[in-house]
Amino acid sequence: MTVANATTTDLILPKPSSRGVGPRSFRVEPSRTTRTVILGIVGIFFLVPVFGMVEFALRVGQPVNGLQTYGFSHFVAVFDPVNSGTYSVLFQGIVNSLGICAITVAIVLALLLPTMIFVELKFPRLRRVLEFICIIPVTIPSIVLVVGFVPVYSVVAGIFGSYPWTMAFAVGIIVLPYAYRPIAANLAAVEVVILSEASRSLGAGWSSVLWRVILPNLRRGILASCFITVAVVLGEYTIASFLSQNTFQTALVLIQHTDPYVAVIFSLFALLFVFVLLILIGRLGSGGRRNRRSA
Amino acid sequence: MMTVAAQPAQATSGGVGTRSRRRSVVWVGLLPFAGYALVFLAIPAVLAVGSGFFDNAGQFTFANLKAFADPSILQQFFASIWIAALTALIGAIVGALVCFALLGTRSDGFLRTTVDSAASVLAQFGGVMLAFAFIATIGVNGFITKALIAAGWLDNPLTSFGNNGPLIYQVAGLSVVYLYFQVPLMVLTFMPAMEGLKTTWAEASATLGGNRFTYWTRIGMPILAPAFFGSLILLFANSFSSYATAAALISRPVITPLAIKQQLTSETVVGVANVAGVLALGMVVVMIVLMVAYAALQRRASRWQR
Repeated sequence: MTVANATTTDLILPKPSSRGVGPRSFRVEPSRTTRTVILGIVGIFFLVPVFGMVEFALRVGQPVNGLQTYGFSHFVAVFDPVNSGTYSVLFQGIVNSLGICAITVAIVLALLLPTMIFVELKFPRLRRVLEFICIIPVTIPSIVLVVGFVPVYSVVAGIFGSYPWTMAFAVGIIVLPYAYRPIAANLAAVEVVILSEASRSLGAGWSSVLWRVILPNLRRGILASCFITVAVVLGEYTIASFLSQNTFQTALVLIQHTDPYVAVIFSLFALLFVFVLLILIGRLGSGGRRNRRSA
Repeated sequence: MMTVAAQPAQATSGGVGTRSRRRSVVWVGLLPFAGYALVFLAIPAVLAVGSGFFDNAGQFTFANLKAFADPSILQQFFASIWIAALTALIGAIVGALVCFALLGTRSDGFLRTTVDSAASVLAQFGGVMLAFAFIATIGVNGFITKALIAAGWLDNPLTSFGNNGPLIYQVAGLSVVYLYFQVPLMVLTFMPAMEGLKTTWAEASATLGGNRFTYWTRIGMPILAPAFFGSLILLFANSFSSYATAAALISRPVITPLAIKQQLTSETVVGVANVAGVLALGMVVVMIVLMVAYAALQRRASRWQR
């Protein structure tokens, strides 16, 4: 694309004039000052609450004569065995959430991914239908779906028992739009049909086509969709609270009433954790683009 | 090209008869996902929306729709729409400005990956935790609130807004918190359209004597308008349907999602059955209208993104 743009530029505007005054006056991009001002102001609005969290978490005791003392006592208290009873609900919630994460990722990998590949290879006409199904959870708010989940789960609880992990089925639905997009983008970029036909014509069976040709090509999309699934599941609150399950988010809300400091500390770490997770996705994506260009 | 490649492959795989038989067997591969979507998406959705049409005895009725005449329910709906519209509008404008500011930066550079990741975290993950962030900032014990009090302003808007208690526990305060995920969502959804602006258009406008101002008013903005309004609708829908942030801050049913919670956990008297279902129906109707409008705008917007 860059090559194409360069040639059209050369055709329309001969080299000398492109360095002249004219082209500079219509540079579409904002000037450095404009950019700094906009990003600076918006950035401050977004950093203030983060600072608020850090300041809040570091407070020690009540202010004396208007002076607040700071320290890590609330951080230390989290791991103090004396408080293990108070915080056990939070740690149990985190364990439950991680379990739900694992099962939801499994649902994405074992149900969504094979169906997407299958539709791409065998039923390309159903692609729109599958996309529509995966977008529906955006249209129906989780708070509305929950009204329907409650009766469905009274049946599910009858079959599997009322364990936190059963929530993964419902969360898997909420995750569909997020999990679908990266894999779909990857599928669109890779010529799966041609690749599979090429490998079939070279004598590969369907299993080696899948494991040695298709899946390696979709690696990036699959990984991104797993990461975003983990992020969405860890942040899920609505379903858990209505199905009365203890997850990370419901535990945070619960503990916020008794110990707001710990709730803020864990929120801060969770936000940071997912931020890093998503930075990794970004790195994966850009790394991929660079590889494809050089290939 | 694809069909050319496909034909010989099918021809080698056998005659017409075997192919159609294999087709019918191949359908089975779609069943697991179809079954999952049926049980956990279609059935809950139908139950949620349909339950509004049944009375306590299980008889079909339209009588429950009378709930929408209830003043408190109307007020909640109005508040929901109001906060959605306000935060969508501000979020869309600020978000679009951020997209504009990011124009011309490298898409795999440090600035963009950081902004992208931060936007994803706040737009898709925050929920409850954003509520805590604002409790620590503009809540009763938040650092800004404390600073205002320390400065001698005891009755500031943060501690007492409209004689109704702390700002953060009201719909007005909620909208401040909502902006914290609305702006990032705008950045995520609008950036692709912004990047779709072709440099050749700017060059064309320059050869015709245009400057930066005419470029943006006559080319950039008209082309981006469908995408902008599409994102605006998405933001409206996002705010209208969000629950976690509000639930973590406010226990009174001031907006419809909170009212659904209240109806599900403790039936309050409105005079008709299954109010939660009726409210769910109302929300879905609004969402469907929004999504139809969004799809129409998206079709227009995508014309320029190829």
